[in-house]
Amino acid sequence: MPEDIINSFMNGPDEKGRFGDFGGRFVSETLMPLILELEEQYEHAKTDQSFWDEMNDLWTNYVGRPSPLYYAERLTKHLGGAKIYLKRDELNHTGAHKINNVLGQIILARRMGKTRIIAETGAGQHGVATATVCAKFGLKCVVYMGAHDVERQAPNVFRMKLLGAEVVPVTSGRGTLKDAMNDALRDWVTNVRDTFYCIGTVAGPHPYPAMVRDFQAIIGKEAREQMMAAEGRLPDTLIAAIGGGSNAMGLFYPFLDDKDVRIIGVEAGGKGVNAKMEHCASLTGGRPGVLHGNRTYLLQDDDGQILEGYSISAGLDYPGIGPEHSWLHDTKRAEYVAITDVEALKAFQLCCELEGIIPALEPSHALAHVMKIAPELPADHLICMNLCGRGDKDIFTVAKALDVNMGPSD
Amino acid sequence: MTRIDAKFAELRKAGRKAFVTYVMAGDPDYERSLEVVRGLPGAGVDIIELGLPFTDPMADGGTIQLAGQRALEAGQTLARTLELAHAFREQDDTTPIVLMGYYNPIYSRGVERFLAEAKEAGIDGLIVVDLPPEEDDELCIPAQKAGLNFIRLATPTTDDKRLPKVLTNTSGFVYYVSITGITGSAAAEAGDVGPEVARIKAATDLPVIVGFGIRTPEAAERIASVADGAVVGSAIVDRIGKGEPTEKVLEFVAGLAEGAHRG
Repeated sequence: MPEDIINSFMNGPDEKGRFGDFGGRFVSETLMPLILELEEQYEHAKTDQSFWDEMNDLWTNYVGRPSPLYYAERLTKHLGGAKIYLKRDELNHTGAHKINNVLGQIILARRMGKTRIIAETGAGQHGVATATVCAKFGLKCVVYMGAHDVERQAPNVFRMKLLGAEVVPVTSGRGTLKDAMNDALRDWVTNVRDTFYCIGTVAGPHPYPAMVRDFQAIIGKEAREQMMAAEGRLPDTLIAAIGGGSNAMGLFYPFLDDKDVRIIGVEAGGKGVNAKMEHCASLTGGRPGVLHGNRTYLLQDDDGQILEGYSISAGLDYPGIGPEHSWLHDTKRAEYVAITDVEALKAFQLCCELEGIIPALEPSHALAHVMKIAPELPADHLICMNLCGRGDKDIFTVAKALDVNMGPSD
Repeated sequence: MTRIDAKFAELRKAGRKAFVTYVMAGDPDYERSLEVVRGLPGAGVDIIELGLPFTDPMADGGTIQLAGQRALEAGQTLARTLELAHAFREQDDTTPIVLMGYYNPIYSRGVERFLAEAKEAGIDGLIVVDLPPEEDDELCIPAQKAGLNFIRLATPTTDDKRLPKVLTNTSGFVYYVSITGITGSAAAEAGDVGPEVARIKAATDLPVIVGFGIRTPEAAERIASVADGAVVGSAIVDRIGKGEPTEKVLEFVAGLAEGAHRG
């Protein structure tokens, strides 16, 4: 990358909400005034110390941050190459990185006087995090979830209900995460006065991709300091799984201008990235288009109709990706690869057996890529992988994939 | 002067309000859809909004989404939609056709190529729901340059401060969305709509047409009486979806047209 083209990778987005050609504000007129108001409020909050004081207090005392940076010693020995560190965001309250962002958005919603929070969810982690923070602040919470995901993520559905949220199974379209997002947008367009839309990933119309990234960047900021403390230098390689891409963006962002840090995003390869399109690898197997308020790489057919992704992991099952990732891909600042269901399942089991950590299926994809590259790398090569969620929610899916009968409920 | 401008000049002269209908291109299939579209002018329709099917119609309710799904399943594409418009145009050279949909199929086709093809097919204007004024460089400006009207939606959330931005680069007419919500939702009250239309008309010379939530001849009449015209979509699409024969659908449309024209 010639340095004279771009001085920094951390300046985006521009005033139009663009990262290069990606991002933007592709929403209906009804929503436009709402996202402009949100942008104004967020710009104000961003530089308001009292906003960050409130965030930091909750991150520390409610979420349990900082999450540890853990040296995975047995995994490292087993793979026999690079030294592997896991950023333990699965230890957060609610079991994933999602709550980092939810806290920020809900504090903002409260400042804006909004009393009703809506969210979309795929695996249910964002829905659980949103329901959790809404319960803490006494806000009404409605979560849209694809009917298919309601079925395969039953434990999270029950969690959300326990937390007082209303879970709306979405049957429109194909009843998946993208349809849940459509229905959340329809709700927002109908309830414009009192409702705040808490998007769970670095996608959607500007300012969401930047705002969610900024809230998730706590992951990378901590990892940076922790790696300096542990090794006295920055990691050589960062690896994170990508559905919409918020945990990855959170880890990557504080390192974007560290040229020597290699950055790898891992998409869900499903049954393989080929013409059958049974995957969710928007960057490896899609092309640019406009959906859900932003221009980004999408899985689509020749006519510009959006295709359903497929992945064993409900959290990665989305036909798009955050626009900043599309830009990092095109500028080649980050690399993007795909991992199949089968590879992810192997990594899931290995992590359980060697480290005593049951990872979510989402970061299992990242781990599968670590397993691919670590053996070829020297022992002094430092890998930092984001273990962004715990796998309790996935045990039924994994059991089914491994042909294990879990008992009468099956 | 586009066909849209000519149509409004004609309506003004006759002292009549405009009756605008929305149907989804290719719903339930190409042939039956063309049959309905061809019958609309005879049923009293002044302007035809032709829906461009899209998998993810975020601003539409279930009725329009299902219509899009039916069309896509029957093999409808952007190219086939332009073909349908062209087939209509062969028999009717005056009724304006406004293509209404979402940006991605157009973006996927390539803006320049699409505009040339749309013009060739006899399309007169575009309503692209997910292109607000902030994204005018994408399609709005190129469309105007190509001689197509770009019709913008104004909504109850479009306040006085924002209205000029929405009206700039709008041509043909202004589509006022009478409610905050999706297509096919609850009806708007003429009493609420009237002042909003007046507010928009004070800021532009363009005709203001009102849509969303209008389902009966009476509602069409009430809404048209406080605006330059009324749009009905979901109520017609519902009937097509139920498999009603074309003549019955057109009969229903004729009733709506009478209502709107009384307004």
